[in-house]
Amino acid sequence: MARVQRDLALRLAIEELYTEYAHALDNFELEQWPEFFTDDCLYQIVSRENLERGMPLALMRCESKAMLADRVVTIRQTQMFAPRAIRHLVSSLRIAPATGSDGLDVQANYAVLETLVDEETRILSAGRYIDRLVREGDVLKFKSRTCVYDSVLVPNSIIYPL
Amino acid sequence: MPYWVYSDPDVYAREQSRIFSGPYWNYVALEAEIPNPGDFVRSHVGERPVIVVRDKDRAIGVMLNRCAHRGVEFCRSNWGNTRSFTCPYHQWTYDLRGNLTGVPFRRGVNGNGGMPEDFEPAAHGLVRLEVATRHGVIFASFDRSVPPLESYLGSAMLHYFDRVFDGRALRVLGYSRQRIRANWKLMFENIKDPYHASLLHVFLVTFGLFRADQPSQVRMDESGMHCVLVSSKGEQKLNETTSAMANFRAGFKLGDPRLLQPVREFPGAATVVMQTLWPNIIIQQQSNTLAMRQLVPRGPEQFDLMWTFFGYADDSAEMIQRRLRQANLMGPAGLVSIDDGEVMEFSQQGVRQRPGDTGMLEMGGRGVDDQDHMVTEAAIRAFYRHYRRVMEL
Repeated sequence: MARVQRDLALRLAIEELYTEYAHALDNFELEQWPEFFTDDCLYQIVSRENLERGMPLALMRCESKAMLADRVVTIRQTQMFAPRAIRHLVSSLRIAPATGSDGLDVQANYAVLETLVDEETRILSAGRYIDRLVREGDVLKFKSRTCVYDSVLVPNSIIYPL
Repeated sequence: MPYWVYSDPDVYAREQSRIFSGPYWNYVALEAEIPNPGDFVRSHVGERPVIVVRDKDRAIGVMLNRCAHRGVEFCRSNWGNTRSFTCPYHQWTYDLRGNLTGVPFRRGVNGNGGMPEDFEPAAHGLVRLEVATRHGVIFASFDRSVPPLESYLGSAMLHYFDRVFDGRALRVLGYSRQRIRANWKLMFENIKDPYHASLLHVFLVTFGLFRADQPSQVRMDESGMHCVLVSSKGEQKLNETTSAMANFRAGFKLGDPRLLQPVREFPGAATVVMQTLWPNIIIQQQSNTLAMRQLVPRGPEQFDLMWTFFGYADDSAEMIQRRLRQANLMGPAGLVSIDDGEVMEFSQQGVRQRPGDTGMLEMGGRGVDDQDHMVTEAAIRAFYRHYRRVMEL
């Protein structure tokens, strides 16, 4: 019984993390986004095709929390793009048995919807998160997050992180 | 500049036959994508799907991805290795050179049906394109009268082509693809337009990667159909030119400078060379990020931009990592190229309203000669001069 409670508590903690992550991005609290990661994190958006072909190219590749923050500054200050609404839908959370240390391997499906002015909502990206979580004190953080998107063809641009 | 060239369906159809099926070399793939016999990739010439394949004798063939029987686009995998191609509909089978080698029930079943006596499999192979390769880059053409690749590119363009493709084996790092709801020519105009780069691309301007105060050239071949923009990296400092750029961010420092730590790897002072080769390819060398950007028109008002990022087979692990980091600047989520994808859709939305209206292209005068500065639209004018000749418009 204690074990079940521990597992449930862990699942709730992970769901809380994913919910807050999606909430931050959907509400354009971009400066919060790097705070979900460890300092030495790796964040990548890679196509399923590149992954299957063993090719390392990523659409976004941030190799540290500082690089995540740089991406946020460029979105805020240097990039030109049409205003849009973003909505993350995250489901099918799968927590793998711990593979040593205190890390957790977690996967989830995602769909990110995008709505441009005068346009119907469209699916910007659908795929899965492949994550490594670690504890920093009482808080779970992403040591790595790889967003693997299903369709190699992107509808124009991916402005905001997935 | 009449706006109907960006949306008229008849113009688009004419482009498909005169330009993409005309006597010009279309980029289709890199040899590094199909190193072994039987390796193939799907690609496009204009909007028509093709297969690029290496046969048993290691020769490269490019065939229309369309069964000779009922026109099925039979090859559905973007890449693979095979001994033959079989159409799923009636299982007509072709060898790696496109020869028809199998027709099920050709002689009928129990004396019934079958193909006529005079059926000649040799006359029903896949449509084969002309093929040319240079230093690992594969081009194809539907037109048998296409000139040799080297004379097609011309010596000025070959010089820049061979700068990146110097004969070293290439290594593909990965693919990105994006669908942009704009006419395909807007993409070419964008890369032939150094004027916008200093204004639209705040990231390039801020970090001195491509900016109006830097030494730069616009070079074209004699026809004006091909072009390069060449420039050398500058500093992130306030001067007379950058202070006139509303978008210059003098104070923006990267928290993790590893994103932009270019090393010199090509001869000469140029740090960026963007080459546009008629009719479908942009060759990108910006710092250490190298990519082919292939244009695939998808109707008058949209195109797919197919990015193939690459390096060299002898790259160190450190160099590969550097290229992957700098790839953050380019592609569908590129710190720089997002601006272009967005603004091209804005352009399309603007020009489609009243196709009879016109825009203008007079920055840097009305001529089509080479330039030694960025404040010019000469290469776009040269492109359309050639375009009008080909299209007879």
